[in-house]
Amino acid sequence: MLSTLVFAPTAVALLLLALPRRTPAKVIRGIWVATAAGLMAATVILWAGYDPGGGMQYETRARWIPSAGVGYHVGVDGLSLPMLALTCVLFLACAVYAWREDRRVREFAALFLFLETTCLGVFVSLDLILFFVFFDLSIVGMYFVIAGWGHKDRARAALMFFLYTFLGSLALLLGFIGLYLAASPHTFDIVDLTAANPLAGRAGYAGLVLLAIGIGLAVKTPTVPFHTWLPLAHTEAPAAGSAILAGVLLKMGTYGFLRIAMPILPDVWRQYATVVVILGVICILYGALVALAQSDFKRMIAYTSVNHMGYIILAIGAAAATADTSRQAQSLAVTGAVTQMVSHGLLTGALFLLAGALYERGRTYDMDAYSGIAAKAPVFTGMTAIAAFASLGLPGFSGFIAEFQIFTGSLGPRPLATSLSVLGILLTAGLFLRALQKIFLGPLRLPDAPGTPRPFSDLRAHENTAVVPLLALAVVVGIVPRFLLDVIEPASIAVLELLAR
Amino acid sequence: MSGVLWALIALPLAAGTVLLLCGRRADRASAPAAVAVMLVALGLAVTAAYTEPAVRAALLSGLPAELSVDGLSGLLAVTVTAVTTLVLAFSATEFGPRESRGRFFGLILLFAGSMLVTVTAATLPVLLMGWEVMGATSWALIGYWWRDPERVRAANTAFMTTRTADLGLYLAAGAALAANPSGSLALSDLSGAGEPWRSLITAGLITAALGKSAQLPFSFWLSRAMAGPSPVSALLHSATMVIAGAYLLLRIEPLLEASGWGSTVVAWAGVVTAIALGLVAVAQTDLKQLLAASSCAQIGFMVLAAGVGGTTGGTLQLIAHAAAKSLLFLISGVWLTALGTKTLTGLYGAARRYRAVGVLFTVGALCLAGLPPLSLWAAKDVLLAAAFEEAPALYVAGLVAAVLSALYSAKALWFVWQPVPPAESVPDTEPGTRHVPSRALPPLAVLALACVALGVLAFGPTGAAVSRVLDAAEQPTPKIWEWLLSAALALGTAGAAWIWGNRRVPLPTVFSRLFGSWLHVEPAAQLFLVRPVLALAHAASWFDDRVLDAAVRGAGRGAVDLAHWSNHRLEAGVAGSVSRVAFASRSLGRLARRPQTGQLHQYLAQAVAALTVLALVFVFVK
Repeated sequence: MLSTLVFAPTAVALLLLALPRRTPAKVIRGIWVATAAGLMAATVILWAGYDPGGGMQYETRARWIPSAGVGYHVGVDGLSLPMLALTCVLFLACAVYAWREDRRVREFAALFLFLETTCLGVFVSLDLILFFVFFDLSIVGMYFVIAGWGHKDRARAALMFFLYTFLGSLALLLGFIGLYLAASPHTFDIVDLTAANPLAGRAGYAGLVLLAIGIGLAVKTPTVPFHTWLPLAHTEAPAAGSAILAGVLLKMGTYGFLRIAMPILPDVWRQYATVVVILGVICILYGALVALAQSDFKRMIAYTSVNHMGYIILAIGAAAATADTSRQAQSLAVTGAVTQMVSHGLLTGALFLLAGALYERGRTYDMDAYSGIAAKAPVFTGMTAIAAFASLGLPGFSGFIAEFQIFTGSLGPRPLATSLSVLGILLTAGLFLRALQKIFLGPLRLPDAPGTPRPFSDLRAHENTAVVPLLALAVVVGIVPRFLLDVIEPASIAVLELLAR
Repeated sequence: MSGVLWALIALPLAAGTVLLLCGRRADRASAPAAVAVMLVALGLAVTAAYTEPAVRAALLSGLPAELSVDGLSGLLAVTVTAVTTLVLAFSATEFGPRESRGRFFGLILLFAGSMLVTVTAATLPVLLMGWEVMGATSWALIGYWWRDPERVRAANTAFMTTRTADLGLYLAAGAALAANPSGSLALSDLSGAGEPWRSLITAGLITAALGKSAQLPFSFWLSRAMAGPSPVSALLHSATMVIAGAYLLLRIEPLLEASGWGSTVVAWAGVVTAIALGLVAVAQTDLKQLLAASSCAQIGFMVLAAGVGGTTGGTLQLIAHAAAKSLLFLISGVWLTALGTKTLTGLYGAARRYRAVGVLFTVGALCLAGLPPLSLWAAKDVLLAAAFEEAPALYVAGLVAAVLSALYSAKALWFVWQPVPPAESVPDTEPGTRHVPSRALPPLAVLALACVALGVLAFGPTGAAVSRVLDAAEQPTPKIWEWLLSAALALGTAGAAWIWGNRRVPLPTVFSRLFGSWLHVEPAAQLFLVRPVLALAHAASWFDDRVLDAAVRGAGRGAVDLAHWSNHRLEAGVAGSVSRVAFASRSLGRLARRPQTGQLHQYLAQAVAALTVLALVFVFVK
């Protein structure tokens, strides 16, 4: 079941490439959207059949490279199921959004379907090497998306993105090999490694392994100071690429912390939790401050990702605090972290798609070039305002549910760090209000660079169809979050139990 | 009866969302629909106030969403829905067909729903949810005329200031959970928290409340908020949203008491605001600004009441002030539409031009002045009696603030009742419509009636009933001399102010400038908070580009340079040595080829030479 879900998009991608050259673009788009919708439906079925209290489910285990301790092992639990759903939702939104894309549609669709395989694969992998393979293939896929369909400076941005994140993944591989060597019998299987806790009592070795894995995941997340690939990649990537990059690919980093670093290296994670918390606070404040100074709309959203991912880092660091704090608070923090991954995926996905719509109309992301476009595009304005307020953590949207849990759960164990971190939601409020004011409100002014299409139209049907579901889901999670939290909570308690060993 | 409570909050929220989603298509239907929805909500609120329902739904792990209606919540829910209904009924005449009415009425309904969530919330997460959505709708309503950058900036200021204070609620929630890990963050449990968490909870809640209620030092946002439409000022910035802070303080009175310091801080914060913002109100030259400052000052009385445990007095003040102030704001809006100005000098004779409105304004202003037997006079005395029990100094300070209320109310009245000036002498800021729609009058009349009638609540059996409903045991009642003293002070001050008119007050201009500009708090916040943060942001951005990113690029370039160096030096060296070896072998080969001449006599000579060498070697080695 899971394997079909993971590899189906690639199969369709191959099929697309095998279609005759003259296949009309409409057919290709149709196949793409239908596939993404089918995957979405499959995930819904998966979710419906999932038993929240049942631990790892839909497991498949097969021999792959037994001589090296590598196996094909996939499964889902409360950490991965929301990520699977998020992945499918975002890829579907991007498929719909790209309805008007006319540059090499066949390759674009095939690439996105391949990317979907890699993303789903990362979230279901229960073997380190399998995880690593999907993790790296996602980088390759995104490289081609940026290099092939990006803006002016795409070649450099794609190269920078690839080299930086690839270097990070090499660190990750080093850490994985460290784990492999420490375990007896040698294995890359995540479930076995988690059960064995191979590095218990070997602080020095474990510290080095955590450092390697930590750097690898920190580059992907990204945390300060490993984030500088992010703004460039985002400003040059096409809108759908940015949405996937920020919405799904970044989550691989934080997901890795929850899936690999915390359960397999509990002692050393607890030992270095303070470092993690400090990194989290730096990400939150630094990311928000740098975002506040941007004049490029897309770059600003990119930096808010650093800020939003910082809340996750804070939460997973605070959850590791020692026994004097309650399990209730820790579980809130971890649940909040996973909720934040979902929430950030939905909202930043929506924001990047909207930024793409802005670029298509004005051919620039420079906020100073626009003013008062609410007069021309009220729906566009309304959507962006909703996405911005949701992103700044307004109650009624998913961001609040996530951030409230993170703050409330982290304050007890880490009062000072959390008190500093709440300033982050103030800074994000400031920067989003400023952006709304600059671009959408005030007297009308449009950029008039040569080549700009003069009439500034409101959102078209395909853009609406892509963005509205993302915002609607954010509202659903924000008002009736139980359907999501019921899945996440048992998993976060399980992570905490593993961490407390 | 839990359905009533769900319906009460869901109805305005859902209807508001629908109106907003429909956009301009809903313009025509929006006003009647909104009024109808709020009328139903009013009915539901009254039912809820009688039946006192409580509901509960799972929200977060161990932290359910609980809503409940008790005496205080019930009174507030009724007040909120009633004022909203009246303001909406008035607004139906205020917004013309060219305005985006669907957006306005939708936002107001959304606001009303979130306000109802706030006043019925029984746990912190729900309270925070209602609380922040109110702030966001307030932003959207202040910036309703979004084409004007000044109004949008005002909206931003209001939202950012209140959100700064709201951070206190986030911290309080975390502290409450840390203090009581198995608790549900219920507001009623907060006072049981242990130190140091209790102090953090108290500080957080007080900060949030002072921010929302525009108490010092946060008052300035309310001044900026006056950029919004008048109905918005009448509803959000006098009768509902800004009183949420006072409501919260009344609600958590046991916590303030338990913390040991909270009550004192709150009482003094309230009374200092009442005096300082009273002076600010006196110094204003713009009617809306005067009313805004007086809102801060009057809410200061409620905050004082929360600090001294005068729940009954505080609640009475809250309800009476809601009626009086929304009336005054709406009328200032009427005049702004009709005369095109809201400056006091521009409003010379406004009450004489439009008599009916003028009389209603007078009722509201006299009520605000604290004149007997109107409602604010009675309410204020009830809460000041509680202050007297707590500390006579607070009572005296409260009386000073009451005197100031009389002063600024009389000042406003004096201007509008002056003889109508000849046509050209007052330049209009914008052309007015010179027309007051008659349909606007009934809602105003109802509010004026409330100003008069609500005073009854403070006396005798009804007063005791209010205390009973509020579950406030043994509230001190004012003694006869307190009633008389406050009445005499209000009458005397108002009379003196009327006689004084607009003659110059013999005070240094420093004072009028200080109070006229709302105590310079906003420029100070700009200078000491906003600018440093922006500078820090630019510094961080510079660091990001020029140091971090440059380091990464540098590393990349370094790798490429290394590659080039390897290419040019190492590679050339290696390749060079290889070719040198090849060259040497070739030379040797060439050398070895030379003896091979093919001529027999040379071979013979070579053989002889070689044998000679061999012989010599043989001889010497042997």
